[in-house]
Amino acid sequence: MEVVDFVLDPLRSGIDRRALLELALVGSLCGALGFWVVTERLSYGAESLAHGLLPGLVLAALAGAPLLLGAVGGALAAAGLIALAASDPRTGPDAGTAVAVTGLVGLGALLALAPDSPQRLEELLFGDPLGVTDGDLAAAAALVLAGGAALVALHRPLTAMAFDSAGAAAAGLRPTLVRLALLVLLAAAVAVAVQGLGALLVLGVLIAPPVAVRAHARTPAQAMLGGAGVAVLAALVGMEVSFHAHSAAGASVALALCAAAGLGAALRPWRRAARRGALPRSLPPGPASPGPRPGGA
Amino acid sequence: MSGPAVSVERLAAAYDGPPVLEEVSFSAEPGQSVCVLGPNGGGKTTLFRVLLGELEPASGSVEVSGRPAYMAQTERTRLDFPVTALDVAVMGTLARGRWWLPPRREERAAARAALERVGLGGEANVRFGELSGGQRQRALLARALVQDAPVLLLDEPLSGVDPASATLIAGVFDELRAEGRALLVASHDVESARSFDLVLCLNRRQVAFGAPGATLDRATLQATYGHELIVLEGGEGAVTVQHHEHGH
Repeated sequence: MEVVDFVLDPLRSGIDRRALLELALVGSLCGALGFWVVTERLSYGAESLAHGLLPGLVLAALAGAPLLLGAVGGALAAAGLIALAASDPRTGPDAGTAVAVTGLVGLGALLALAPDSPQRLEELLFGDPLGVTDGDLAAAAALVLAGGAALVALHRPLTAMAFDSAGAAAAGLRPTLVRLALLVLLAAAVAVAVQGLGALLVLGVLIAPPVAVRAHARTPAQAMLGGAGVAVLAALVGMEVSFHAHSAAGASVALALCAAAGLGAALRPWRRAARRGALPRSLPPGPASPGPRPGGA
Repeated sequence: MSGPAVSVERLAAAYDGPPVLEEVSFSAEPGQSVCVLGPNGGGKTTLFRVLLGELEPASGSVEVSGRPAYMAQTERTRLDFPVTALDVAVMGTLARGRWWLPPRREERAAARAALERVGLGGEANVRFGELSGGQRQRALLARALVQDAPVLLLDEPLSGVDPASATLIAGVFDELRAEGRALLVASHDVESARSFDLVLCLNRRQVAFGAPGATLDRATLQATYGHELIVLEGGEGAVTVQHHEHGH
């Protein structure tokens, strides 16, 4: 019974229960969405977006406006600035994006450290799951419903495009529009998730779950469901650690997510060896993985 | 069906620069097969991109009967992506619309039938990346078959496949021609080109077009391949020395 009490102790507090609910809602959507983010090699874009919206968050906090509004505005402004900076052919997209994001984070820090700033910088950077409001929970629930429906509707186009973009286009899909829909979904998820996990740690809930499960999933649907499960489990583990070790909740959850990713990656060679051993000896070996596709996704 | 399945007149194509392909004029009737020969960078994939509507012609005209089905080179697919042979074949049903809904029972049945047709009925649930090279080509062919298109564009479908797969794929080509579908097949294999109805030789421009017997002579092949061509002893055959085309 002591073990059960140990596990259930954090959930006896209403604040912790709300925090866990927020993290579970956001994690279930981001853990599933993250599979496509990683597959389409958008991890750097997601990181840039999550960090670049910091000024929007700070301005919303200074103005007393909902942080979600600031996050959405910040994400839109960051996306525009990153697109502009990345379009310079002399430096290339990565360098332009890095400069734009550094500038946005610097601007956000400058605003957050101003004497009139009502909210501490670390709360915006690392989030405050224990401080979620009813509005945050409602936004997270709406994200799960709308984002989940979008992921279901986009499942076939995303699968076909990720496997073979040219073949998907020949079948009548428009890869550019599918990718745009994915980016919109990513921006919405980041804007909502940043409430609980903050600008720096939101990336963990998007990227760590798919890294943990991708090598072990047999289908995209399995990877998405597995990613959602890992994110929820990591939220629970992180909140337990936070409660018992008196550590910051957001950071504890982020570390739990990264531990899950490390564990999943460490199990990968074992799975691969097991799979090789299970193959019939008569099956001819396939060619090596071709590496990055020409022209990207 | 009236008129040619594919008709191209004085086509030129470019990617933000000078033309990479020009002076291309040919047509294919329903039920005809065309082997598109050419070196790397000769314009085979560019021609297919124009026929698919992905690339606007810089000049000239292109007419294709219906939406063509496309079989990409295996190298352009992701071997690490978790999909089975059946999933790949089902992707062909996206051409029928309803992309936002799960595939219907009859669509899955059509995909299974296409896999059976290419001899992969028993491998339907095997991951694409775990199939052999020839089996992957056949899974991609099954996806193209599911599209039920009057015109099929096949980018090096026989490249690197085992003899059994090559025989099976050639048999499916014969069936498709008998069904009245037009086939355009990009290839490096000069000798296999002789089994097609027509041959189109490209080297950044059209070198020749016509029946294999009238087209595949030494002068035309040397104009098409230049130094990449090796004429076998006696001049009866020729092979090319090159790798798969990855660009345009």
